[in-house]
Amino acid sequence: MRIGVVTFPGSLDDRDAQRAVRLAGGEAVALWHGDEDLRGVDAVILPGGFSYGDYLRCGAIARFAPAMRAIIERAHAGMPVLGICNGFQILCESHLLPGALTRNDHLHFVCRDQRLRIESNATAWTSDYAVGQEIVIPLKNGEGGFVADERTLDELEGEGRVIARYVGVNPNGSRRDIAGISNAAGNVVGLMPHPEHAVEELTGPTTDGLGFFTSVLTALVAGRS
Amino acid sequence: MTLDTVERAESTPDTEQPYADLGLKPDEYARIREILGRRPTSSELAMYSVMWSEHCSYKSSKVHLRQFGDKQPEGGWPQLMVGIGENAGVVDVGDGWAVTFKVESHNHPSYVEPYQGAATGIGGIVRDILSMGARPLAVMDPLRFGPADAPDTRRVLPGVVAGIGGYGNCLGLPNIGGEVVFDPTYAGNPLVNALCVGAMRHEDVHLASAKGVGNLVILYGARTGGDGIGGVSVLASETFDADGPAKRPSVQVGDPFMEKLLIECTLEVLRAGLVEGIQDLGGAGISCATSELASNGDGGMHVHLDRVILRDPTLSPEEILMSESQERMCAIVSPANVDAFMDICRKWEVEAVVIGEVTGSGRLTIDWYGDRIVDVPPRSVAHDGPVYDRPMARPAELDALRAQDPSTLPRPRTPEELRETLLAMVASPNLASKAWVTSQYDRYVLGNTVLAQPEDSGMIRIDEEGGLGVAVSTDCNGRFVRLDPYEGARLALAESYRNVAVTGARPLAVTNCLNFGSPEDPAVMWTFAEAVRGLADGCLELGIPVTGGNVSFYNSTGDTAILPTPVVGVLGVIDDVERRTPMAWGPDGEILYLLGDTGEDFAGSEWAHAMHGHLGGIPPRADLAREKLLADILIAGSRDGMLTAAHDVADGGVAQALVEMALRSGVGARVWAPDGLEPAVFLWSETPGRAIVVVPRSEEMRFTAMCAARGMPAYRIGAVDSGLGTDAGYPGEQVLEFTGQFAIPLAALREAHEATFPRLFGPALTV
Repeated sequence: MRIGVVTFPGSLDDRDAQRAVRLAGGEAVALWHGDEDLRGVDAVILPGGFSYGDYLRCGAIARFAPAMRAIIERAHAGMPVLGICNGFQILCESHLLPGALTRNDHLHFVCRDQRLRIESNATAWTSDYAVGQEIVIPLKNGEGGFVADERTLDELEGEGRVIARYVGVNPNGSRRDIAGISNAAGNVVGLMPHPEHAVEELTGPTTDGLGFFTSVLTALVAGRS
Repeated sequence: MTLDTVERAESTPDTEQPYADLGLKPDEYARIREILGRRPTSSELAMYSVMWSEHCSYKSSKVHLRQFGDKQPEGGWPQLMVGIGENAGVVDVGDGWAVTFKVESHNHPSYVEPYQGAATGIGGIVRDILSMGARPLAVMDPLRFGPADAPDTRRVLPGVVAGIGGYGNCLGLPNIGGEVVFDPTYAGNPLVNALCVGAMRHEDVHLASAKGVGNLVILYGARTGGDGIGGVSVLASETFDADGPAKRPSVQVGDPFMEKLLIECTLEVLRAGLVEGIQDLGGAGISCATSELASNGDGGMHVHLDRVILRDPTLSPEEILMSESQERMCAIVSPANVDAFMDICRKWEVEAVVIGEVTGSGRLTIDWYGDRIVDVPPRSVAHDGPVYDRPMARPAELDALRAQDPSTLPRPRTPEELRETLLAMVASPNLASKAWVTSQYDRYVLGNTVLAQPEDSGMIRIDEEGGLGVAVSTDCNGRFVRLDPYEGARLALAESYRNVAVTGARPLAVTNCLNFGSPEDPAVMWTFAEAVRGLADGCLELGIPVTGGNVSFYNSTGDTAILPTPVVGVLGVIDDVERRTPMAWGPDGEILYLLGDTGEDFAGSEWAHAMHGHLGGIPPRADLAREKLLADILIAGSRDGMLTAAHDVADGGVAQALVEMALRSGVGARVWAPDGLEPAVFLWSETPGRAIVVVPRSEEMRFTAMCAARGMPAYRIGAVDSGLGTDAGYPGEQVLEFTGQFAIPLAALREAHEATFPRLFGPALTV
């Protein structure tokens, strides 16, 4: 299975996402923001970082990249897409996901090992987790507070599209402790914490993040058979 | 406004020039006239003034720094691939990998404008590492501030931390360690040092030299603006219209996004084999880059200064030469490779322009729209600056200071006093948790961070297949250096060396950032000279070379110099990062050993400072042969799987080390003092050459036999025990118990340890 990882100018965790894909057993394919050709990938990850320096709203420029045109089109057709941190911001700016990410309520950048509860395993990226399962993966952001209007939040909750929630500490003021959401079809997922930094005992707090990457491989295999 | 050309300089020899305002002494100005055989043009004067400044020329320190090169083993240092003098030194770490690392100061800008000062400090050191051909892998920041509760510290510290985070996080480099130290002498003069480490294959090492007549000089990266010009605004206002541009801020402004593009772009052009020589633009900007490249190469270069892409079109040529705009690099590229070079720059959206070419003239010539404004021998600018052997005098008050023996200070004796002291010490600003600071830095990015703060060293995996890695630590107790600069510098070296060894890595090389007061003060100069002598002797004895570093003078407020602060960074190599030794102990039953003897060493200690505000006496001696033996045992223990944890004993003594280990682990322990040792001495003395190691029972015989055979004293001082709560009166809690003295729940220790920074600097998420 070929999983593409897009590098925008200012992407930082692209190599990490590629490593996570490899450790999960997939083939990582480097995609370039300026290239509309998705090189035959089966799924796409938009990695963390500061695309274009995030000098405008986070993700606001990246969404216009040629690669994003192709990704948006394929996402509507059901291709699995995972946006991590800056990637989540890009998915919101692209209107593949509702809501927006705003500056942390405490106004500091924060890097911590964050406890999450998986709220839905009905997506392409969370199927290998159990609902209610708690995991610890790194979180690192300055603008990670998820906001949306009450109706949208109710809708997300009602449709089971909140895929992960912060447990213990809400690290950025996200509404309803939301750490990640999906689209209605469940193929597009945005997540503020970083599962790609929790894939090896040696370098991560846990290996709890691997499930996101094995899930999509499972989903793709199921889709093909 | 008349352009001051070479021709005009020749015809107007008597023009008054503002050399004194640019910081040049009359004899230095006279020497420039002698070198050129005429008066310098204003552009030349600007170039000489910045390149001959203390910051760029090391004119006061050079005569002492030579020892780092002179004191070396017969046949040279086997591990050294590139030594002092390049942008950063390079060491061979095996398996075809080379590592480069360096620490630099950005002290004064960080006081004026904490955020940008600290941010551009990171930017500058990262470009130094990049210009050696290495991929930057991690950063660390040794920081020092005035009193923790001083209002100005509350301005400077949060700004510095935000600047380091804002730049480093956006650049995508993990921040893996550093120091935060408070002392009243740093009020008004904080120390903001920045270290970067990078790695490359042996064949990818690049140097800053302009070789090959006809090769082209390419300036790429950010546009050149009016920031960071400093002294040159003096020249501009003296020489040119008073109506010209106003003096600009002399603190540079950083753009980490541009630096990230510059890193990726530079690594791509280097790996594609398109570059003959490369240099970053830092202090003294284009003046420094062109003169150093030419001086290190075939000796000649011609530059068309009007081709430089400007952010501000009103800049004068003098200002362009001096601008310290960030995120710029200079590459020497053969004509055949220029198109390919430019293609890669376009891919990364980095602007680039050919500004000149390498010539065989032996001169650095610079034109401004066809007029010659600079014609100098490049070596005279870059390397043959003035050298001063400044007067030195042992500080008059040193004997009185050393006579104030801390043995007269009242020490805690009762269990209650000992317990109170422990809580006060772990909460004191220098020993308190630094999580408020480090949680604002990304330690995970790049996915190779094996150890990060609060571990003894930061450790990075270099080779994902083979497991090869490096560990880096920085240390300095300025109080020791104040009381005995020779020994104090050796103690800083010893501590940093030990911090690397406790993680299981073998120390290999040294970098230093020598922060001192004014070199014009003979007492400061003597202190500096002694510290350099101590460090050079120590490095020779330990067998690890100084590969580069930085001197920062004039760190004083009024007549008060800072504590002399030679920050020492040690880099070590570990064959397999899976074998690293962390500081958190494991499960019940593991045994704690204190390696090394404990003396009554309170002179310059954190206990004397925090509990009594005392600085005096004679600090301990650094026994480097003993440090080597300790390192051998720690490395063997890691390699042979005999240790589950280890921690250096330094600031705050055994007590601090035990608390840090317990909090990192979350499991309690019973501890007792070796026979005959007074509890307070056991807990807070700072005798060097010691470490606490944690040994599984199954390895105890083997480990103690090794220590006995090699003559390393090993004292059994405790055991990991998760079941102490009930008997100690804290049911259900993890407890640290000092047998026969007192017990204290880890929760209470954690509360004391972690509350200090949020109380001082405002709430933040820290855990």
